[in-house]
Amino acid sequence: MSKSATVSHVDDEELLGRFLGGDRDAFRTLVVRYQPTVLQIARYYVNSAATAEDVAQDTWIAVLKGAERFEGRATFKTWLFRIVANRARTTGTREKRQVPVDPTDPVSGDRFNTEGMWKEPPASFTDLLADGEANVQLAAAVRTAIAELPEMQRSVVTLHDVEGLSTSEVASLLELSEANARVVLHRARAHIREVVERVAKGGS
Amino acid sequence: MVLVKDINCHHAVGLIGEYLEGKLPRRDRRRLEKHLAGCDACSAYLEQMRATIALAGSVGPDDLSTEALDALLNVFDNYQRENRENGEDVSGAS
Ligand SMILES: [Zn+2]
Repeated sequence: MSKSATVSHVDDEELLGRFLGGDRDAFRTLVVRYQPTVLQIARYYVNSAATAEDVAQDTWIAVLKGAERFEGRATFKTWLFRIVANRARTTGTREKRQVPVDPTDPVSGDRFNTEGMWKEPPASFTDLLADGEANVQLAAAVRTAIAELPEMQRSVVTLHDVEGLSTSEVASLLELSEANARVVLHRARAHIREVVERVAKGGS
Repeated sequence: MVLVKDINCHHAVGLIGEYLEGKLPRRDRRRLEKHLAGCDACSAYLEQMRATIALAGSVGPDDLSTEALDALLNVFDNYQRENRENGEDVSGAS
């Protein structure tokens, strides 16, 4: 279940040191690992995919040139995400995003009867998660579910649940209040849960 | 001791998001926990949410396309070459 269960782990900070010293493989490893999220952050602030790619590329160049110094106060990824957020923000050509202030129902109201009780109780995912094959299918469903989210929800859930950043880090990267970041997070998770439930029930 | 007012499933489900983030005010948390203790359906929903979050944490970021990776490796190679040619980095171009 843990994503650190992959390849022998060299930490990001060490990889940074290596690639600043000219190690191409170290650079490649970090790019493969972080470029998708770097792009996601850029995309949050600018209004075209092409501009987002330029911002993302400039971010790596800045890192390469040592224009931005890593001082070890944050983790490498938080530091990297901050660089791209700052750059994208200043490039930002997009109008301010609408923040949903009102929490919505995480589950459609028609799943409850007039007394507010479940008409049909939610099914457990436990067995499914224990099943390796189903798990692969669920992981794919989760990726699709995240990909189809609106930009803001996708950014919040990617940074919070996929990258494991704290709500306050996410809020500051995306210029949201923490309360709003949570509202958006709940919405994103509600959508993902719904998709997983559909897959769990045998649909897809 | 204040009496904890009962809530229904629909209401309980609306509180679970903030509950999972540890942000539910104490009163609401007590109401929710009381409800969960007596409601298998909402407990199953809570478990679904936990599983969903765990799944999101396990998928990792998207795959990077080969073109995108090659483009960045190119940037890296060009930079290294310039660096070697100039002896030191004085380039201000971006
Ligand atoms: Zn209930």
